[in-house]
Amino acid sequence: MQPRKGLSALLGFVLALAAGGTAWAQQTIKIAYTDPLSGPFAQVGDANLKQMQYIIDFINAKGGALGKKFELVPFDNKSQPSDALIALKSATDQNMPFIMQCSGSNIAAALIEAVNKHNDRNPDNRIIYLNCGAVAPELTNEQCSFWHFRFDLHAAMKAEVMVRALPKDITKVYLINQDYLFGQSVQREVKNYLTKLRPDVQVVGDELIPLGKIKDFSPYITKIKASGAQALLTGNWGPDMNLLIKAGVDAGADLRYYTFYAHLAGGPTAIGAGGDNRVLAVMPFNENVAPEIGNAEAEAFARGFREKHKFDFSSAGFRTIFEYLQAAINKAGSLDPTKIAYAMEGLSHKDFLGFDSTMRKDDHQIVSVYFVGVFKKGVKYDAEGTGLGWGTAATVLAKDIDQPNSCKMKRPKM
Amino acid sequence: MEVFVVSLLNGLVYGMLLFMLASGLTLILSMMGVLNFAHASAYMLGAYFAFTISQHIGFWPALVIAPLLCGLIGAAIEMWGLRRVHRNGHVAELLFTFGLALIIEKVVQMTWGLLPVPYRIPELLDFPLFTIYGTHFPAYRAFMLLVSALMFGAIWLGLTRTRIGLIIQAALTHPEMASALGHNVPRIFTLVFAAGTALAGLAGVIGGNYQVTEPAMAFTMGPIVFVVVVFGGLGSLTGCFIASILMGLIQTFAVVFDVSLADLLARFGFVVTKETPFAEVLTVTLPRIGALLPFLMMVLILVFRPRGLMGTRDT
Repeated sequence: MQPRKGLSALLGFVLALAAGGTAWAQQTIKIAYTDPLSGPFAQVGDANLKQMQYIIDFINAKGGALGKKFELVPFDNKSQPSDALIALKSATDQNMPFIMQCSGSNIAAALIEAVNKHNDRNPDNRIIYLNCGAVAPELTNEQCSFWHFRFDLHAAMKAEVMVRALPKDITKVYLINQDYLFGQSVQREVKNYLTKLRPDVQVVGDELIPLGKIKDFSPYITKIKASGAQALLTGNWGPDMNLLIKAGVDAGADLRYYTFYAHLAGGPTAIGAGGDNRVLAVMPFNENVAPEIGNAEAEAFARGFREKHKFDFSSAGFRTIFEYLQAAINKAGSLDPTKIAYAMEGLSHKDFLGFDSTMRKDDHQIVSVYFVGVFKKGVKYDAEGTGLGWGTAATVLAKDIDQPNSCKMKRPKM
Repeated sequence: MEVFVVSLLNGLVYGMLLFMLASGLTLILSMMGVLNFAHASAYMLGAYFAFTISQHIGFWPALVIAPLLCGLIGAAIEMWGLRRVHRNGHVAELLFTFGLALIIEKVVQMTWGLLPVPYRIPELLDFPLFTIYGTHFPAYRAFMLLVSALMFGAIWLGLTRTRIGLIIQAALTHPEMASALGHNVPRIFTLVFAAGTALAGLAGVIGGNYQVTEPAMAFTMGPIVFVVVVFGGLGSLTGCFIASILMGLIQTFAVVFDVSLADLLARFGFVVTKETPFAEVLTVTLPRIGALLPFLMMVLILVFRPRGLMGTRDT
């Protein structure tokens, strides 16, 4: 019987370990983070992960929430909705109160639906979905959910910022977008705001491209030039954005590029010095904002990341997410997702740059300050070691982009 | 006219880049029967090696050293990997190279990071060669055309006009006979595999700064190269060349023509409205599906002419 005894002792040990593990795990507030960490869009997910980790360390050093520290648990979703749902399942199995996702509105749509279902069926194990960058407007309108909080301006708001930033002398524009939920929203909304705000502008070309499939954009540049456009407006991200602008710069096209995402990881490297004063991006933050407005504390916070990781801190705006979480958890005085969600809606907050923001109660969409950055020489902090960086061309305050919504929110019982 | 000329040039450059990649694969596939999934990975390695080398001793030495390094890696893979796996048949080989492609991608991510690296074209070639209808044609693209044309000539001459080319061809069709005549057939296979990998490496060196050097570049280039090889036909360098140029031109021109099936039907007096069945499909314009056209063509050629354009045997 000796071996069996040994076995049961081992089993007991493993069980004890597992129990100890869970006891220890409850010391932290876990946030499942799912984004592409491999495949063509891995660069974006990886950059997000590093920046969030830096922010979480900072928030934890300031005491976390309810005396507990935040912990980020990454799950690779390979840009596939099905893999994101597996991540959600793992998160709920481990009783995590939050799941966070930034890239891909198609994935976000799947997550919202799955989170709704899960929370309906499991009232004692609910989860909140923190959306840090999936920006199709539908997600907080037709599809809006009590469990979904979006911490980035949606595509229609970004489109409005972009259209407002178009200089008066530009009257012919060309649109290129990715052929999926998000790209189609951008296409629709940019046209919508052009008609509303700039009826003098003529759309000379309007195209959708297959997501992540095109390797050489030179033919598109030829076509854009032939159309006589002065500016290219695009919501493209990842390689679809990088290659597009690179092709344009290489061909020496006399264009200005208005983008949603040129500032994200990989963009500045691909654009290079040829993009000087030609490429603009609507962005929640850039490292030169703090020195421009003379906020030394915010500047030091951003510089800390740069020194630690040797690359840009383009998404310092994520800090707002964790400050909202901190505030909501402390206000709710509990880790119950339902209570936290109630505490979070309608919450207002001054971000670390000193601008106002609000998590709207009607649709759980944040309204916050937004910037239009121009890629140029001679700024204090350059991007990806190119010698060029983002200078602020325009600042749009939260109150100016508070667009209406059509959300009919269903709220659960407390 | 303006659009036509510029698109023609762009299509040619892209087609030639495809050819550089595909020629290595077609050599390996037609000679050894190995469907090498790791081929585009060699392309990526070539670009990354060239980036690292060019940081230290410049672009021109990299143009020679990086393909050689890739060739050495290819030889090692063939000698210590493929040769053992080969005994277990084609499925094992296919799985082996597939696994290899994933491993190489991961190694590249761990060595050079997930972000694109700033691999730039050499300053010597960083100027517009000529301006056509107001569009610059970068000198570097002309250089790419030149390199790939030279390569095509060199392989073709090597295979058809030299003794070693003769032995290679013999070893492929009649390995036992060639071996009985005293030729070291396994070594010939290693040579072919190394040469194919080196060609992909060379394509990486000149393609990496024309596009963007990042860990996903192998993944995005891989499928289209297979299309070229299948379309051109097994064992035919000429077929591969034609297919590459054709794919380059198709992808380029598909972007330019804003037509859809609905427009075609309208020619015959059939007007598509929202109520027409399949209206969604019929009104999709050519640029939106441009990137898919090569795959469609591969499917068609497999159905109607399985040996490809100039192939000597069925795929």
